[in-house]
Amino acid sequence: MSGPSLPHIVLVVAVLATVPLLTVSPVVLNFLVVALLIALVGQGWNVLAGYGGQYSFGHAAFFGTGAYVSAILQMRYGLNAWIAFALGIAGGASVGAAIGALAFRCGLKGSYFALVTLAFAEVLRILASVAPITGAGVGILIALDLRPQAFQFQSRAPLYWIVLALVAIALLIVRLIERSRFGAWLVAVRENEDAARAVGVDTARVKIAAMTISAAITAAGGGFYAQYFLFIDSGIAYGPWISIEALLAPIVGGIGTVFGPLLGALAVKTLGEIAKLVTGGAPGLDLVIYGSVLILVVAFAPQGIAGLLTQLHSRLTRLRSSLPERARG
Amino acid sequence: MLSPVILVPAILNGLLTGAVYGLIALGLTLIYGVLHIINFAHGALLTAAMFAAFFAHRVLGLDPYVAAVMLTPLFFALGYCLQRLVIGPAAHGEDRNVLLVTLGLAVVIENLLLYAFGADTRTVNLDYAFKVVDLGIAFLAVPRVVGFGVVLAVALALWLVLSLTDTGKAIRAVAKEKLGAELSGIDVTHIYAITFALGTACLAIAACLLIPTYYVNPHIGNAFVLVAFTIVVLGGMGSVTGALIGGFVIGVVESLCGLYLGESLGQIGIFVIFILVLLLRPSGLLGERA
Repeated sequence: MSGPSLPHIVLVVAVLATVPLLTVSPVVLNFLVVALLIALVGQGWNVLAGYGGQYSFGHAAFFGTGAYVSAILQMRYGLNAWIAFALGIAGGASVGAAIGALAFRCGLKGSYFALVTLAFAEVLRILASVAPITGAGVGILIALDLRPQAFQFQSRAPLYWIVLALVAIALLIVRLIERSRFGAWLVAVRENEDAARAVGVDTARVKIAAMTISAAITAAGGGFYAQYFLFIDSGIAYGPWISIEALLAPIVGGIGTVFGPLLGALAVKTLGEIAKLVTGGAPGLDLVIYGSVLILVVAFAPQGIAGLLTQLHSRLTRLRSSLPERARG
Repeated sequence: MLSPVILVPAILNGLLTGAVYGLIALGLTLIYGVLHIINFAHGALLTAAMFAAFFAHRVLGLDPYVAAVMLTPLFFALGYCLQRLVIGPAAHGEDRNVLLVTLGLAVVIENLLLYAFGADTRTVNLDYAFKVVDLGIAFLAVPRVVGFGVVLAVALALWLVLSLTDTGKAIRAVAKEKLGAELSGIDVTHIYAITFALGTACLAIAACLLIPTYYVNPHIGNAFVLVAFTIVVLGGMGSVTGALIGGFVIGVVESLCGLYLGESLGQIGIFVIFILVLLLRPSGLLGERA
């Protein structure tokens, strides 16, 4: 498997890092922060589904846990925001490990796995909407404290660089997985689980490990969301919207590729913004477009944008190699 | 707390609600049994049917029970087209793709309704909506009793269609042995679409039974579809009688959980059953797939 090399990742991140130096437009920065956030959450989904073949419909469970653990520790227990953020990631990873252990030890796969993840996310959403510690129906407002040590900043640029750094770490993790023995096991599980087990891969353990990593990455997205918007409630944190965003970005960008979620998130969010401009921000219409894009991509470009780019690239190289022959002939 | 004066009406009402749940689950389980796909658009299609029933009453002045006669063939046709023109071709025969395509359809349908009609909750006003039957020990709402009877009639009709007609036999043949059915000249693509159509038609009937006592908004289907998933899993994937019995069980469980835990936590009871059944009966569940 030949994924992108390290210089590719460094180059892409470096180019993206220059954006706040070129513009201070809050519209542009806000758009990119949200797109990068979705890329991060989608990268989490991509680890489990893209490489492991396990389609979760409930990544909101991890996003929401990351957001709630971080917000609750800050607001109810006065913990430092950075430590709370880190513990939020740990919380999300634990929830991922627990659901993964239950589901995979019980042998759930395919549609059943999708159903059980969906159900866990819904249970957490309902619990969060009634439990006092999560602020029940009111949600949690993170108090304004614009100091770097409180994970809050005067301008948008630092938050942009932080989410970009998180995306960069996720890109490196996925590249590392892609080239590791663990990654090979994971892909083996995706391609043929019985065969993988027959050659001695502990498939349940591999899937649980993948789900833990996947949940941790998505939980980081949840924690960042809380710091960026300074408000969460049960519908935001555990709502189905984020489960759909999490799978849409990697599928559109290219499932099971390192850059897929980033490409997909930028494409989907751009499309969403265009739709808003055209329709004047009517509620629901952006999601209609997301749903249609999902169906169209599955139908016509199952490998996503990354797949289309690879096709284009190979066609170009073929064209280039055939040119001299034509010149000679 | 366990006084029969509270308990018996709760159980009876749970059974009546459970019948409609059963009908929704019947559509889902039929599609699963034959196509071996979980239709994530089921809830959104139910929402669409409830909106159709609502506007049939509001605009055309049709009683929901009359509207059912029109909407059932309409949704049958809609289901046929969806499977034949969208889900089948887009999925390329891969299970994972079917999941994504039906999820995409659900998102599109739900949000088109949101875009067209807004997030408002709507209800129809019918003069018989609050009429009750007095059983001595419990009062039962007339529309729910009617719903119960209709569900039993529909289940019987479906059973007759599946066991007596040629199409029904073809459906059962495809469910049992797809390749064999194909080799003996059954058009599997057509049977798939017919099955999906039957499942969708069940939703039109369920919607017309729900609308007299329920409200409708663009997200209402979600509340029902997870219940339907639970019932289908509980009753055994693909089993028609299982769906009905599962519907009754879940209806009663929901009613009792609501009684003891309150409205919003009442749903938790259903999810807990759902997760437990999924986790603890994997052999029964996965046996279908092998």
